[in-house]
Amino acid sequence: MSDQVTMKVWRGDASGGDFADYVVEAREGEVVLDVIHRIQATQANDLGVRWNCKAGKCGSCSAEVNGHPRLMCMTRMSIFPAGQPITVAPIRTFPVMKDLVTDVSFNFEMAKRVPAFSPGPPDADGRYRMQQRDVERSQEFRKCIECFLCQDVCHVIRDHEENKAHFAGPRFLMRLAELDMHPLDTLDRRPLARQDFGLLYCNITKCCSEVCPEHIHITDNALIPMKERVVDRQFDPITRLGRAIRRKR
Amino acid sequence: MADIESHDYDVVVVGAGGAGLRAAIEAHASGARTAIVCKSLLGKAHTVMAEGGIAAAMGNVWSEDNWKVHFRDTMRGGKMLNNWRMAQLHAQEAPDRVLELEAWGALFDRTKEGLISQRDFGGHRYARLAHVGDRTGLEMIRTLQQRAVSLGIDVYMECKVHRLLMDGDRVAGALAYWRESGRFILFRTRAVVLATGGIGKAFQVTSNSWEYTGDGHSLAFWSGADLIDMEFVQFHPTGMVWPPSVRGILVTESVRGDGGVLRNSEGRRFMFDYIPQVFAAETADSEAEADRWYEDHINNRRPPELLPRDEVARAINSEVKAGRGTPHGGIYLDIASRRSADFIRRRLPSMYHQFKELADVDITATPMEIGPTCHYVMGGVKVDADTAASTVTGLFAAGEVAGGMHGSNRLGGNSLSDLLVFGRRAGLGAAEYAAGLGSAPAVDDLEVDRLMSEALAAFSNDGGENPYALQQELQETMHNLVGIIRVRAELEQAIEAVGKLKERARRVTVEGNRQYNPGWHLALDLESLLTVSEAVARCALLREESRGGHTREDFPQPDAERWGKVNNTVRRRGDEVQIEQVPLPQMPAELAALFEEPAK
Repeated sequence: MSDQVTMKVWRGDASGGDFADYVVEAREGEVVLDVIHRIQATQANDLGVRWNCKAGKCGSCSAEVNGHPRLMCMTRMSIFPAGQPITVAPIRTFPVMKDLVTDVSFNFEMAKRVPAFSPGPPDADGRYRMQQRDVERSQEFRKCIECFLCQDVCHVIRDHEENKAHFAGPRFLMRLAELDMHPLDTLDRRPLARQDFGLLYCNITKCCSEVCPEHIHITDNALIPMKERVVDRQFDPITRLGRAIRRKR
Repeated sequence: MADIESHDYDVVVVGAGGAGLRAAIEAHASGARTAIVCKSLLGKAHTVMAEGGIAAAMGNVWSEDNWKVHFRDTMRGGKMLNNWRMAQLHAQEAPDRVLELEAWGALFDRTKEGLISQRDFGGHRYARLAHVGDRTGLEMIRTLQQRAVSLGIDVYMECKVHRLLMDGDRVAGALAYWRESGRFILFRTRAVVLATGGIGKAFQVTSNSWEYTGDGHSLAFWSGADLIDMEFVQFHPTGMVWPPSVRGILVTESVRGDGGVLRNSEGRRFMFDYIPQVFAAETADSEAEADRWYEDHINNRRPPELLPRDEVARAINSEVKAGRGTPHGGIYLDIASRRSADFIRRRLPSMYHQFKELADVDITATPMEIGPTCHYVMGGVKVDADTAASTVTGLFAAGEVAGGMHGSNRLGGNSLSDLLVFGRRAGLGAAEYAAGLGSAPAVDDLEVDRLMSEALAAFSNDGGENPYALQQELQETMHNLVGIIRVRAELEQAIEAVGKLKERARRVTVEGNRQYNPGWHLALDLESLLTVSEAVARCALLREESRGGHTREDFPQPDAERWGKVNNTVRRRGDEVQIEQVPLPQMPAELAALFEEPAK
């Protein structure tokens, strides 16, 4: 089985661009990335696109396909109605470099601001002991493949460039939650989550959870519990008293 | 020299997978000014795709396990062609490297006692793979990436090292380009660690990502370093076969480790028909015994589905050739009828997801169709086991790009541990070398100018060859003529075909400009792909025996007397490839004695 499809692919760079039409073959079982590769190999050798594993494991090939943020390698052509053109655009929250490639350096800068994992001492035999049920909470968040689709759809930063200075986005708020729930970690990252990473800007619309290709419950399992912990700390009477005493000193 | 961005370092690590990150962390910890230069974004390297686990004799599940058993398994899996010292260091140090990852934040699955859980894998006597579901590589790369970032190590992402620069016979630097802008960048450095992974993109059906174009193998070769045993290429027995667009994507060996079995179109567990003599004493010869083994490793022998990968891949190939394959030319891998849906989803979540999304197959209800896929190259840069130094001064190599550790065939799980053990040793070796160097080596500016204009030639070349089309032809050539089963006439044909492709590659024309231009990037990667393809084909032609990841139809048996004692050693002489047979390093008597005892 093989069909001709019309792909409208965004071509351009930081100075601007537009959709270009490519009529191209799509074969049985193919995903959007296969078709993009065929365009690249046969019609537009210089078409810029990021990809690595082509198996949904590396999170490189994020794009907006017919307006929906997706991994191109996990989006089968068969889900689209036959005979209609398919648009492929770069993810919108980050500045375009070229064609489908965006400048995601914001995320790598945010990663640098996460205080490193700080475990307590191991047991006497040098081993750490943790129960499976205790590691599972953070394990869910460590499934993250850093495709940044959650960052792309988060309306706090999507179309609000000005918020990027004080909002780290779901990926990095979840990273703080992951460390917070790690059975061995000893640091308190709640003040950082609230102040520098802007946790309270999140108004739990769950857009991030909906697009996550790893089906991580970002909002329910990471952000809401983290908000509760931050708020507990903020308004807990004993903590407040403690802060007041420290200030007096 | 043209005015280009330049930086000074003690150690430049090329590649940011497990080996590169671990090397950089160690070099940095040793006080060396260290940079990581990588072709993709940080955290996207091929390590991220590793599924099953990290092999380390920690004894958490079977207290009988220890480094000697792991060493023995590794050497036997590699058909005794491994560098014994690498295999020894690897088996001894892997447990510490795993525990270190845990101390850096990795969250492995646990045993009931709360220790790191370990799973069964092919060729390993005991369950010894530390794992996180079937996404262990992701856990490993993320842990190392987060560690490197927290240490403040400089990372140059989407930056490709094009050539190494020499000062006489020692390394002096690396010329690279930014993929985004196409601008060149010069690293002046005392030492370089190659951690660039493998060569899988030279083959048509592969589990490897676009990055695997043999860059490090070629950088070493062009600089005059020795490569060894390039003929040994591992075809993983279980890659997806349907639909065509996913052909080659890996299906983890954990499916078999966790109870999955291989069946042909007649429903027969055919692996019982392919147990080689050397593994007969430790392999079950009935389905009943094989099935009991999962619960009791002491009183039962291993299922033949868990023989080393070379044996299983060849068996699948034979079954399909004999007409007992699936409708899409594979074999059935069945875990649905053997384990509960709940168990499968918990132990193999990403396999479940992968088949569901890409093939509309529910692996908890139906068998998977699978077939061999090019997965790993055992051959690589010849290194000193203790320091990871290559034969070129100042050049080090670790991970898949290095040769020797796995002999002629790698056991599953031994790759991630290899990355950690020898990544660390390479970082240390490079930092010590850099610290001991009196004066910094000097880069030859004229050479830099020449290399830059050479790299840009394809923009003004009117030869009209398309880099994508050339890569595809090369992949077909290697797949058809230098694949799982090889024969003299086809290998000679392949060498001739690669030679012609090298000619045509000089006439590649690149469209567009230098800004994020994948066509240009591929045109440059083609040089490495062609270099390693020629080395693989030439080594394969010379080695007139079958062993591990090299099977010759015309020489179906191992030749212990002649080929069991030597490494094919490849080096550049002018524009020619020279290959000679160098005797294997001699194993000391106390280690050799381990192979005389019966399997324990």
